[in-house]
Amino acid sequence: MARSANAKPLPLLALSIAFIVIWLIAAAFPFVWTTWGSFKVEPDFFSRSDWTNAITGTQTIRQTGSPFTGGGYDGAWIEQEFWKAVINTAIVTLSVVVISLTLGTLGGYALARSGFRYTFWILIAALIFRAMPHVTLASGYLLPFFELGIWGYLPTTIIVLVAINQPFTLWMLHSFFLSIPKDLDESAMVDGCTRFQAFRLAVIPVMWPGVVTTGLFSFLLAYNDFTVTSMLLTQENQTMVPKISSFLGSTQAEGKVMYAVAAVVSAIAPLFVLVLFFQRQIVSGLTAGAVKG
Amino acid sequence: MPHKTFLAFILPSLVVMLLFVALPIASVIYQSLFIEHEQVMVEVENCGPFGCTVERRVDAQAMEEMRSQQPAGRFNGLGTYFNSGHLAFERIGEIWDRTETWGDFIGQVMNLPFYKALIFTLAYTFIVTPCVIVLGFFIALGVNGLPGLIKGPVIFFSLLPMIVTPLIGSLVLYWMIDSRGIIGSALQVLFNDPSLSLKASPTLTWITLFVYGVWHSAPFAFVVFYAGLQGVPRDTMESAMVDGASRWERVRFVTIPYLLPLATFIALMQLMDNFRVFEPIVGFSAEANATSLSYLIYSDLRGSDTPLFASAAATSVLTTIGVIILLMPVLVRTWRDFNRKA
Repeated sequence: MARSANAKPLPLLALSIAFIVIWLIAAAFPFVWTTWGSFKVEPDFFSRSDWTNAITGTQTIRQTGSPFTGGGYDGAWIEQEFWKAVINTAIVTLSVVVISLTLGTLGGYALARSGFRYTFWILIAALIFRAMPHVTLASGYLLPFFELGIWGYLPTTIIVLVAINQPFTLWMLHSFFLSIPKDLDESAMVDGCTRFQAFRLAVIPVMWPGVVTTGLFSFLLAYNDFTVTSMLLTQENQTMVPKISSFLGSTQAEGKVMYAVAAVVSAIAPLFVLVLFFQRQIVSGLTAGAVKG
Repeated sequence: MPHKTFLAFILPSLVVMLLFVALPIASVIYQSLFIEHEQVMVEVENCGPFGCTVERRVDAQAMEEMRSQQPAGRFNGLGTYFNSGHLAFERIGEIWDRTETWGDFIGQVMNLPFYKALIFTLAYTFIVTPCVIVLGFFIALGVNGLPGLIKGPVIFFSLLPMIVTPLIGSLVLYWMIDSRGIIGSALQVLFNDPSLSLKASPTLTWITLFVYGVWHSAPFAFVVFYAGLQGVPRDTMESAMVDGASRWERVRFVTIPYLLPLATFIALMQLMDNFRVFEPIVGFSAEANATSLSYLIYSDLRGSDTPLFASAAATSVLTTIGVIILLMPVLVRTWRDFNRKA
């Protein structure tokens, strides 16, 4: 009975499936297309004569003898030294995740367990900081960093990204720690632990799900950042995203767009893997803030 | 928790935020009150085989000295805020006197760099945000009706536009809408106009950027709504069915009211994120037709040989005021809730 009442009439079912299919094509096709195209030569990917060239690789076969070429990757990774940017990105993202989680768990735990009025004000200040456009902050950093002579180095960028990330981390971990029962650490304190020992022995073992989720978003922020990294890093210290944007200026002129295409696909690949493994955590993290209101 | 323990736990996090978020805001306000030094000119006599010429040059040494003494430049008060690159009240006055109709007036004000960027930023924020909410809601409804087995893969692909770096996502689309790319040439065939280019006209560029914005953010709204749909109370839904509510009436009177708080949450996050729209403009190379406030600041700092700190700082302060105005309703509501509880 309930089944038949819930079953959709056929036109509605068709409409909703068609809608989802269109959405899926819109969401995924650009990435499939660009990944496929990154193994072709430029006259195929940007085909003047016939768009099917990008699929069959007519020009690619003519130029290289095979329908697929790693030319773009070769040019980007070796000739343009994209591998350096990859290493820099690895250093920056890893450090940002570790540092912001360390500071964030301590702060978020304190905010969740303290009942005083100022916790509210700290959270509100964090919300305003969260809303600040990053480029606004970057224009505040630039001159002082020039004056202090710390502009252009990776550690400077790391600490700035940690700071920008901190409001979000605090909010997220604060609401996560609220969901861990107070009794847990309070009973540890009754047994004679100090607050820090209670945190270490009773809370840390159960906090990993929340920390992993928050860490994913810290990773995404650091990995995806363009504003801060493009303003605060020198040419040789650049991470992937600003490196790709600087490719555009130099390679478009020389007809080496395929280098940029290959670099873009290289930068998307890790994100693809990330979603593949952590889909559940990403979904729960996105909704965590909403449920708390 | 006693104050002292609380402080010990939160201090590292607070110090980082104060040093690198609060202090820069102060630094921006300070910088906006100063302006670059005037150039010191010296007259140099060049004597060659064809006689002597007197040349005026910038005295690099004197400039260097002034810069090291006063790195922020010379004091300018609120001058930068009112110059033609920012609020430009004088220019607006002139335009007001000169123009006859409202359309003319608005058209000419739109050409001032600050207002051009402001209008685009506001248009982007207030067009993309509602579209994201509506599209996300319908995707969530659609996915919710799918059989369990294919839900996972569908959610996986739906997440991609949001997870991928904004600059990279916009580049991927930019290459596809290129007149030699697949979407660009498809549109040319569709409208039977071989010269059609999405990059050429301001209107088409704006629309492209809006479409990108919706594409990028819809997954966020979708995921939040989808999670919300799992929690729609079954009892209410069933009693609505018993009362004879049609499918649409059930969505309209049960699902939507239940999801409304989530829509507010999405709207808040989207307003914050869309107001700082920046990467798509770089990715789509759209700066000729569309600039945002964030882009203005970026181009002041990176566009020329010497960064224009004062100009960037003034725009930054104005942007910050914009953010606060945008957040005002939320802040007022939170304040009221808090007082009611206390």
